[in-house]
Amino acid sequence: MATNATTPGPVYSDTVVRLFALATVVWGVVGMLVGVIIAAQLAWPELNLGVSFLSYGRLRPLHTNAVIFAFGGCALFASSYHVVQRTCQTRLFLPGLAMFTFIGWQVVILAAAISLPLGMTSGKEYAELEWPIDLLIAVVWVSYAIVFFGTIGQRKIRHIFVANWFFGAFILTVALLHIVNSAAIPVSFWKSYSAYAGVQDAMVQWWYGHNAVGFFLTAGFLGMMYYYIPKQAERPVYSYRLSIVHFWALIFTYMWAGPHHLHYTALPDWAQSVGMLFSLVLLAPSWGGMINGMMTLSGAWHKLRDDPILKFLIVALSFYGMSTFEGPMMSIKTVNALSHYTDWTVGHVHSGALGWVGFMTMGSMYHLIPRMFGRTQMHSVRAIELHFWIATIGIVLYIAAMWIAGVMQGLMWRAVNPDGTLVYSFVESVKATFPFYVIRLAGGLLYLGGMLIMAWNTWMTVRSGKVVTATIPLVPAHA
Amino acid sequence: MDVLYLLIPMSAALVLLILGVFGWAVHMGQFDDIEQEGQRILLLDAKAVDADQGSAHEPLEQCVTGRPTAV
Repeated sequence: MATNATTPGPVYSDTVVRLFALATVVWGVVGMLVGVIIAAQLAWPELNLGVSFLSYGRLRPLHTNAVIFAFGGCALFASSYHVVQRTCQTRLFLPGLAMFTFIGWQVVILAAAISLPLGMTSGKEYAELEWPIDLLIAVVWVSYAIVFFGTIGQRKIRHIFVANWFFGAFILTVALLHIVNSAAIPVSFWKSYSAYAGVQDAMVQWWYGHNAVGFFLTAGFLGMMYYYIPKQAERPVYSYRLSIVHFWALIFTYMWAGPHHLHYTALPDWAQSVGMLFSLVLLAPSWGGMINGMMTLSGAWHKLRDDPILKFLIVALSFYGMSTFEGPMMSIKTVNALSHYTDWTVGHVHSGALGWVGFMTMGSMYHLIPRMFGRTQMHSVRAIELHFWIATIGIVLYIAAMWIAGVMQGLMWRAVNPDGTLVYSFVESVKATFPFYVIRLAGGLLYLGGMLIMAWNTWMTVRSGKVVTATIPLVPAHA
Repeated sequence: MDVLYLLIPMSAALVLLILGVFGWAVHMGQFDDIEQEGQRILLLDAKAVDADQGSAHEPLEQCVTGRPTAV
C-alpha cells in the first residue's frame, strides 16, 4: 500500500499531554511552596500561627503528596502518554479515557489539598489519603493502565521501546502497591483503619513505601530518562542492550528492599537482613542505568556546556547515582543505627527528590512543553540556565545541611557518659540543629525560586505558542 | 508475621509473572536486533519547526508490523 506522506492522517492525542505538562508546573510551584513553609516552621515553629490547618503535622503530608503525586505524578502521566505515542507511532488507546485520567487525577489532588489540612488521614506515610480518595485513585490508575497498555497493543512499531517497559512496570506495580497497602476498614466516610495491625501494618506500609520510591519515583522517571536524554542530546542511548538488562535486573530485585525502613524494630531480624541484602544488590542495576544515561553524551560532552536542558537531565542522573549509592549504604544495619530517625534520612530523600526526580522532570518538561505548543524551544533559554544554577545551589545547600545535621543528631543521641546516662537531652540536639534548618530553608527557597522561573518561562512559551495537532507519520505497510 | 504469608507468595507470583513476560518478549524477538532500536527514536519525527510533531520519515522496515495503517 503506497502512502502519501503529505496526506493528513491520524493525529496524536496530545491534548492530555499538554494538560498534564502544564499541571506539572503548577503543582510543582504549589508543592514546593508548602515544602518551604514547613521548612520554615521547623526553624521557627510559631510560623504555624496557631492555626490547626497550618500546623506542621497537617502540611507535611500535603507537601509530600503534592510533590510526589501531583508534581511527579503529572510529569509521569504527561511523559508516558507522550513517549508511548511517539515510540509506538500510534495515538492513545481510548483518548476519552485518557482525558478521564487527567480529570480524575486532578480531583484526587484537590481532594488531598482539602482533606489533609483538615486532618483527615489514614496515618500511613505517602498513603495518607482516606479511603474514598483511595478508591478514586484505584479507578484512575486502572484507567491509566488500560490507556497505556492499550496503546502498546495497537502499536505500529513491533519493538517496544525500553522507556515503555519502565513506564509499564511502574503502572502495574503502583496499582498493586496501592491496592494492597490501602486496604482498610471504613468506620465513617472520612475515617478508616488499616486492614493490617501492628508490625504487620508496618511491614506492608514499607513494602509499599519503598516500592513506591522504586517504581513511582525510579522506574517511571527512568522511562523519561531513556527517551528525553537521547532526544535532547540527539544521540542514541549509550548501550541499548544495557538499558534492557538494566530494566529486568531492576524490577527483579526491587521488591524486597522495604524492610530496611524497619531496622531494629519488632520486624523479625532475618527480614531486616533480607531487606538490607536486597538494598545492597540494588546498587548494581541502579548504577548500570546511571552510567548508561551519562555515557549517552560520550563524544558529545560539549553539548553539556551549551544546553541547560541537558544540564538538568545529566545532573539528575548524577543525583540518581549519588542517592542510589547512599541508600544501600544507609540500609546497612550499623550505618542505619546512626542515620535512622535523623535528618540524614531527610537529606537522602531530598537528594533523590530534588536532584533526581525534580531535575529529570524539569529537563523533560523543558524539552516537551515547547514542542507541545508548536515551538522548538522555551521562550527563554537563559532563564532555563538561571533556573538550573539556582536550583543546583539550592539542592547543595539543602542536602549538605541535612547531612551535617543528621550525623550530628545521631552522634548526640547515642553519646553516653561513663555512668550510662545520656550526654545530651533531646532538646539540645534540636537546638544544635537550628542553624542547619535555616540553611535548609535557604536551599528550599532557592529551589522554589527556580520553579517560579520555570512557571514564568512556561507561561511565556505557551502564550506565544500555538497548539499544533501532530500527524502520526504514516508507517508504510509492506509485504 | 502472618502478613509475610501474603507478601512472600505475592512477590513470588510477581517474579513468575515477570519471568513470563520476559519469556514472551524474548520469544517474540523483542531483543533480537536491539542496538538499532536505540537509533529509531531519533529517526522518527524529524521536522524543522518541531522535532517531535512528526513528518514523513524512513522507518526501519524489518521491524514494522505488517498491519496496514488506518488513514
